[in-house]
Amino acid sequence: MILVLIDHDRGELDPLSLRALTAARKISDEVQAVVIGEAGSSLSGIAGEYGASAFHVATHAGLTDYAPAASGKVLQQLIAQLNPVAVLAAGSPRGNEQLAHLAALMDLPMAAECSSITLSTGADSPHLVTRARWAANLLEEANVHSDLLIATVLAFSVEAEPLSPPLVPTVEKFTPDLSDRDLQVKVIDRGGDAVRGGVTLADAKVIVSGGRGVGGPEGFTALEELASLLEGTVGCSRVVTSAGWRPHAEQVGQTGTKVAPDLYIAAGISGAMQHIAGCKNSKTIVAINTDSEAPILAYADYAIIGDLHKVIPALTAAIKEAKGR
Amino acid sequence: MDILVCLKRVPLAGSTFLLTPDSRDVDTNHLAFGISPHEENAVEAGVQLIEQMGGSLTLLTLGSADAEEQLRSQLAIGASRAILLETDGEDWDPQATASALVEAIQSEETKFDLLLFGAESADNAGYQIHIRIAHALGLPIVTNVKSMKIENGVARCERVVGTQREIYETPLPAVITVRDGLNIPRYPSVPGRIQARKKPIDHKKPTPKVPKLEKVSLSVAPSNTGGAKVLGNGAEAVPALVEVLQTIGILA
Ligand SMILES: Cc1cc2nc3c(=O)[nH]c(=O)nc-3n(C[C@H](O)[C@H](O)[C@H](O)COP(=O)(O)OP(=O)(O)OC[C@H]3O[C@@H](n4cnc5c(N)ncnc54)[C@H](O)[C@@H]3O)c2cc1C
Ligand SMILES: Nc1ncnc2c1ncn2[C@@H]1O[C@H](COP(=O)(O)O)[C@@H](O)[C@H]1O
Repeated sequence: MILVLIDHDRGELDPLSLRALTAARKISDEVQAVVIGEAGSSLSGIAGEYGASAFHVATHAGLTDYAPAASGKVLQQLIAQLNPVAVLAAGSPRGNEQLAHLAALMDLPMAAECSSITLSTGADSPHLVTRARWAANLLEEANVHSDLLIATVLAFSVEAEPLSPPLVPTVEKFTPDLSDRDLQVKVIDRGGDAVRGGVTLADAKVIVSGGRGVGGPEGFTALEELASLLEGTVGCSRVVTSAGWRPHAEQVGQTGTKVAPDLYIAAGISGAMQHIAGCKNSKTIVAINTDSEAPILAYADYAIIGDLHKVIPALTAAIKEAKGR
Repeated sequence: MDILVCLKRVPLAGSTFLLTPDSRDVDTNHLAFGISPHEENAVEAGVQLIEQMGGSLTLLTLGSADAEEQLRSQLAIGASRAILLETDGEDWDPQATASALVEAIQSEETKFDLLLFGAESADNAGYQIHIRIAHALGLPIVTNVKSMKIENGVARCERVVGTQREIYETPLPAVITVRDGLNIPRYPSVPGRIQARKKPIDHKKPTPKVPKLEKVSLSVAPSNTGGAKVLGNGAEAVPALVEVLQTIGILA
């Protein structure tokens, strides 16, 4: 049996968890799910749709909001009861964090961001994983020497697929034993929008992204206009945030935000692998660059060779015209 | 306040990767080295804190003897001293790395008030060394912090999740892992570099362990496309792009 951690934020599902459930189903006949905190109990139906045969709800007066160390404790106690062969979660900041707490508590290895998992075939053979390194530019084949496999599932390596017919999981309440210390680090408040405007980078369908080639903060006005015309938002490279031209919340890449819009326009961006790491899951990438040899061209679907200061305004005008017709 | 920053020497790869012939490592023959951006932010945060509050800033790394280069350049920014746990250059697995770092931290006379880490290492991206260390030392840990304020022995930390900012508080001593965007790391000054040459670096030899997460081989991830279709040059290519946008359904 594989136990999958279903992540939620005060009851709202993290859809990446469905990918983790799907990945678990591909390597095991029996998959069970766990949510941490009563607020997650409404997710049993969807967990069944994606293949969970049992749904464990960890309830405790202290589990009112995200508390990663407590999650580690909950998982450790549930594992002692259920004895799964593997525990999986989404390869998200929260998924990686909670399973790392579990791994630390149990002093077991953890394989983060796996794109493929082969379970051990017997007592002496290790589990085999392929995991993303260097912002998913390199893949590592690794042996995991542990009875229990603790691993997170690389976000875009598997699409969430519902099971048909769906399962109706048995719902099992579980009361963990938690101390104040386990609950010490917990979300105690939330600030307003971290991003200006309505559309966020992570959710945007269209992103118009600018790099060093934009030349300065003023140059982004034209990108903003194009983005709003396409009901999208503006992104940028690290050079741009380091120079203070745009806020860090708009940075796409390994140390910025990972995005997957329908359309990603990379204007004046060379295509360093740390930038590509954040945008390569876009459905369509269009590069606008003066350099026909820029590395971005290897990743883009379409390119225009030329000065973005001419191409972007012309594109904006042409789209206005097309929309006017 | 006494602060520790853990950092790691990594090659600074450009737009492509070459692997060694045995496919076990990145071919670093033509690469420069640095530390991960998140760790640069951690050092900058540490320097700012001791500038404001006084105290010491210690750097700790496990890596090859060459990691002295990275320690010197971070000492030049304002750290006080450094500890190098010298290996033969092979990557250690996360559990072995964490336990060697824990041993080094515990053998220090200084009891650190704050232990800063990068959110994840640039090369290994294991998301775990810091959490293991926090558990081993019995300390609270807040991760992925993009803004923090320390007052009266309590750290108030902000972490960005989607469009929201989450707020956490933890009493010190604590472990905090930070992300790019926390601050803009400064460049070392010339006097800083000169002083750094004289700052002490302790060299220690940690004992290796059998890896539990055992690397077998590396490969370069396949890229999504076989290269861009060039639509043309300059503004003249715009009509072709509009057509593409219509085909993929962005424009009606
Ligand atoms: C561990 C690590 C993590 C990193 N994380 C990130 C990250 O999250 N995100 C990120 O973006 N970077 C990241 N970086 C930095 C990355 O390596 C590059 O330095 C950065 O992405 C380059 O930004 P750029 O493309 O804007 O600038 P450059 O590489 O300087 O490219 C500018 C491009 O603009 C083109 N150009 C110039 N003028 C024009 C014009 N008028 N019209 C059209 N094109 C023009 C040029 O031909 C060139 O291709 C990271 C680096 C490291 C080491
Ligand atoms: N070899 C090392 N020496 C010192 N610190 C390290 C080492 N490896 C990782 N770290 C620290 O742990 C953080 C997380 O690393 P990782 O778990 O590999 O993602 C890094 O950003 C560093 O701060």
